[in-house]
Amino acid sequence: MEHSGFSPSASAELASEGGPWQRRRRVEALERFAAFEQPTTTLEDWRYSRIDELDLGLYAPVRPGDARTAARHGHHEPAALLLEQLGPALATVRSVDGVVVAIDQPRESQQLRLTTSAELGEPPPGLGELVAHHDDVFVALSDAFSGDIVVLDVPAGARLEEPIVILHEQLLTETADGRRPASFPRTVVRLGEQAEASVIEVLVSGPGRRLVVPVTEIDLAAGARLSIHTLQELGRDCWHLGYQASRLAKDAHFTSFVAALGGDYARQLTRSSLEGAGSEGRLLAVYLGDGEQMQDLRTFQEHVAPHTRSQLVFKGAVGDKARSVYTGLIGMRHGARRADASQTNRNLVLSEGAHADSVPNLDIEENDVRCSHASAVGPIDPELVFYLESRGVPPAAARRLVLLGFFEDLLGEVPSRASAEHVRRAVTERLLAMEVTA
Amino acid sequence: MSVLSIRGLRASVAGREVLRGIDLEVRSGEVHAVMGPNGAGKSTLGNVLMGRPGYTAIEGSASIDGVELLGLSTYERARAGLFLAPQDPTEVPGVPLAAVLAEAGIGARAGQMAVEAARIGVPTALLERGLNVDASGGERKRLETLQLAMLRPRIAVLDELDSGLDVDAVRAVARRVADEIGSGASGARPGAAAEGEGRREPLGVLVITHYRRLLEHLLPDVVHVLVDGRIVESGGAELAEQLERTGYGEHQPPGSESPLST
Repeated sequence: MEHSGFSPSASAELASEGGPWQRRRRVEALERFAAFEQPTTTLEDWRYSRIDELDLGLYAPVRPGDARTAARHGHHEPAALLLEQLGPALATVRSVDGVVVAIDQPRESQQLRLTTSAELGEPPPGLGELVAHHDDVFVALSDAFSGDIVVLDVPAGARLEEPIVILHEQLLTETADGRRPASFPRTVVRLGEQAEASVIEVLVSGPGRRLVVPVTEIDLAAGARLSIHTLQELGRDCWHLGYQASRLAKDAHFTSFVAALGGDYARQLTRSSLEGAGSEGRLLAVYLGDGEQMQDLRTFQEHVAPHTRSQLVFKGAVGDKARSVYTGLIGMRHGARRADASQTNRNLVLSEGAHADSVPNLDIEENDVRCSHASAVGPIDPELVFYLESRGVPPAAARRLVLLGFFEDLLGEVPSRASAEHVRRAVTERLLAMEVTA
Repeated sequence: MSVLSIRGLRASVAGREVLRGIDLEVRSGEVHAVMGPNGAGKSTLGNVLMGRPGYTAIEGSASIDGVELLGLSTYERARAGLFLAPQDPTEVPGVPLAAVLAEAGIGARAGQMAVEAARIGVPTALLERGLNVDASGGERKRLETLQLAMLRPRIAVLDELDSGLDVDAVRAVARRVADEIGSGASGARPGAAAEGEGRREPLGVLVITHYRRLLEHLLPDVVHVLVDGRIVESGGAELAEQLERTGYGEHQPPGSESPLST
């Protein structure tokens, strides 16, 4: 695939970023990128998406030097407020347009190692491996143009009380050659045996059209427990193509919570692979669309080992002319005996012009498993509104209560209260501004 | 003194006429029971009065103290003083009762919920959840009674309020409703005394029931027999006893013995 913006010369701009292994990796990725076709909606993975609208020729990767300059000259104001709302953090990473500009962490901690790829003499184990199932033109771009990879290691037995916050700001409004900026935040999270941690990833951007492709890979050793929250609050001109892939060893426990609120077209792919016996994954998400936004969520609950459990609850609302699509696959692989998976997707459609699709899928190779899925798309239930009105609640207030309650049901389940509280506030604010006409 | 006045009410559900001319008058402090076989239109009466979606009044009127209800939105009917405890209270995910009461226009009284809940025997855990979510049938009926007590309507329609309740719970719930009915006369309202309020108008109640059980605790002034959308007989409390012995057989019109669902 040839695009002058994502050229070998653009890649050469990254030459001084990281060691030899990273340069070799970028060169290989650029070749992979060149060999890929841009996906189209005729592919099952991209059905219902807006991928046909994307012209990669309009974009170019941000040069690390430009990102650092932008970082020195300012920051995204709402981000500071957001960090405040999230409360105390054990460590904070700030990246600007995919380049890490600050890491704030306790000195000489035995509890965690937070570095960037530039400081590593060899690739962090697992890099690229977890997301390999979804290798495509965008993952190849991430491999080719990631400036810094954030690498978080939590050693065996460590228990982190406070979260690690990773803030990805996108600031540049234009690349040096006058194109729309493309940025590639990249994160690797690894927990040793019995380690416990929580991570909050935040994606924000300033004004302007741009492409943001975050890739996060998560590897949990036996008995490790991680919760990761992804707060996608990108600007409304932004195209977002996010990937999160996790792998769980024996008895590991994983909670992923995604709040997909921003973006013009925003796609989040979440894959959780339960490879160790007794491991458990909980996947939670809320998503909102208004204006002409589209939220596109794809999930993969992969059960590989016996006695694995996964629970997924994704809830969304669309108003105005917004769209959403949820596509979820439960994969029960041969050998996943006694595995138990559930998948729930509920959508509220708040106006005539809005549209939501819900597409659950099952792929079952093992007999001795339990699977359940439920999906619903529809307006606010008039029976609920009637019931509240019958208690003397005015109609508009009744609809608002039902709407907020729809999400509250899920937000109540989210670990880390500060983060859930922030999302609750953001969701409430957005919903109150949305006109309910259906 | 309030009065719910229903005159010549006809109503349909899904295009089928279910109520075919109802006349009823319920005054403050009175208990009226509407009894009848399945499919007679008992629940429809409550739903039409409250304006539930899908229930359409075709003709007639229903008013509280001269305020015509049938043209009003459900919320305006509630604010006019009508309360319906439905047969199957709706689950409202993520919306605890306190949030509902805060929007119900009862002012600072909404803060009295915990006290009132303790009185009716509603466990605290139920109040923290979404209203009626993961609540048993009996728990829902207690929650309805709690809401009745909090909202202080003029007229309450109680549709099978005792279903799902055990004997003790029926007694507790009925006693709480009875307190409201007798609130003008009885001194058994510690809440009201503590609030330093004057005497409130007693509640008027329309009990919709298939069985006599609730009526043993909530003695009716008048019992109406509703069959096939019409009140075919009205009488005193003794009529309920008689119906329990004989059933509704003699009231059924010929050829309509199979229960219709309303």
